[in-house]
Amino acid sequence: MEVSVKVLDRKKMLWVNGTLLGLLALSIVGSTLLGPVRLNLSQALENMFTANPDAEILFRARLPRVLLGVAIGGGMAACGVVLQALLRNPLACPQMLGVSGGASLGGILGLIFFPYWLLPIAGGLLGEISWVPFAAFLGALLSMIFIYRFSLFRGRLHPYHLLLSGVIFNSLVAAVIMFLNSILDFYQAQGLLFWLMGSLSTRTYLTVAFIWAYIVFGFLWLWTKGVSLNLITLGEEVATQLGVETGALQRQIFVASSLMIGAMVSVSGMIGFVGLMIPHVMRLIVGSDHRLLLPASFLAGGIFLCWADTVARILLAPAELPVGIITAFFGGPFFLFLLYREGRKLPI
Amino acid sequence: MKHAIRTENLVFAYKEKPVLDGVSLSIESGEMVGILGPNGSGKTTLLKIFSAVLSGRGEVKLNGRAIETYSKRELSRIFAVVAQENQIHFPYTAAEIVLMGRASFHSPLALEGKRDLEVARASMQFTDCLFLSDRYLHELSGGEKQRVIIARALAQEPQILLLDEPSAFLDLKHQVQILELMRQLNREQGLTIVAALHDLNLAALFFPRLVMLRDAKIYREGTAKEVLTEKTIEEVYGIRVRVEPDPSGEKPQLFICPSA
Repeated sequence: MEVSVKVLDRKKMLWVNGTLLGLLALSIVGSTLLGPVRLNLSQALENMFTANPDAEILFRARLPRVLLGVAIGGGMAACGVVLQALLRNPLACPQMLGVSGGASLGGILGLIFFPYWLLPIAGGLLGEISWVPFAAFLGALLSMIFIYRFSLFRGRLHPYHLLLSGVIFNSLVAAVIMFLNSILDFYQAQGLLFWLMGSLSTRTYLTVAFIWAYIVFGFLWLWTKGVSLNLITLGEEVATQLGVETGALQRQIFVASSLMIGAMVSVSGMIGFVGLMIPHVMRLIVGSDHRLLLPASFLAGGIFLCWADTVARILLAPAELPVGIITAFFGGPFFLFLLYREGRKLPI
Repeated sequence: MKHAIRTENLVFAYKEKPVLDGVSLSIESGEMVGILGPNGSGKTTLLKIFSAVLSGRGEVKLNGRAIETYSKRELSRIFAVVAQENQIHFPYTAAEIVLMGRASFHSPLALEGKRDLEVARASMQFTDCLFLSDRYLHELSGGEKQRVIIARALAQEPQILLLDEPSAFLDLKHQVQILELMRQLNREQGLTIVAALHDLNLAALFFPRLVMLRDAKIYREGTAKEVLTEKTIEEVYGIRVRVEPDPSGEKPQLFICPSA
């Protein structure tokens, strides 16, 4: 009897990633063209390099924002995938575990203790652009290590301890942030709040490029661990027995995902839901093999946040909604629908 | 005779309490050894030290070389492990699970090659679970699941198979099925098999050599007739049994005598 065995092959990889990449490209173009202000496209494209309001809106206001949204949506989704795999917990995501909170605290401390004395030496290299993401990265990394250590007993990771210590750590960090906010002087506090609330609002191309660099680097690093990520979901012992150096893998995942989370939190504050939901949605659609799941989630997260932000810009124009409202409002019901229809695929 | 695994004065302790206290054991290539003993006597720990998940004090040599000098990748091509229970948190199909046994054979970036697929298919055929390949592991029954896990172990093309109570959650039919499979692998493919077992009668029937642990030490070792005596069982487990030959007259079987 011949039984066909369905496994991940090159065709499926190309087909899924190609489709998503195409959709992402369409989304970038589409959401750049959409906005509260009607644009004259031919005008914008003809006189790209002379001062011209249409081109200004298209290329200075919308495009960098859309590109930033794609990077952050993709990065959040990718981090969600690896944290869920590493911690073997479907609830794991940067927010839930307090890692985003840690990154925020790191970034805030970075802002407060900004090394102005270094500016003359390092000059342009060390602006807020590079310093704050770095501080946020350290914050994310430290909180990840902290939470992880507290969830280990006899060298084994306990899911309940993990969730509890994550939630507790998160509120601890929130308290520290509030405390800092109350002892700072008015102007500093104002700046801090602005930074905390964060959105995808207009950024320079330099910032966008910086964030993309962090995220793409982290993502590619994680993608090379695809097979090991599959194995680590079976537990540390099983993964070890199948040939994974689990300690080294954990350290690399911590550093790579902290780099991404630090960069994301440093520009956009805490945009929730993408990191939790997209991995589950993609797992139900493309399967659990991380060699495909990781890039597919990255692309899907980019598409999702891109459109969510477009809606946030348009819905109550000229006012803007925080994009987190949109991600939860549309993402939640869709996720529930998928869970209802495809839930049998989930263990537990 | 080539020693597959050899331990010399092995000691392992969680905190103060020793789990293994001076265990010296050598297992030869092609042997089929059953490790027996009450709960907490160190069976599982011993297997974990063999597969380098834990490391104790004392010497563990694998094919004549200290086990610490092997990388995890090398070890995964020598040992394959079947645990008593396999928790799974994400939806993987049986075929995906079996292919994970090939992880140390292909590059970490690449997809499985033709040979990986062939080996996985042959392993699944051998343990009679090929027809389950597209089903999700968490949808399978205990016996089916265990056959998939054993297929994964075989896909590693190991020299030594370590099993930790492989039939603990299975009904009688599946228990016997799995032990028959082990015997077949041992006889036909020369696979070295080391299994921690609870069922003494099944151990007596299937394993030519038994090692009985008690309080972190080896208490007795030898054939079933030498190890499974009324006296040993009373001393190790603290219960009274009668030992009689099985119908073939070759293997001892235990009959429990309740105290009332």
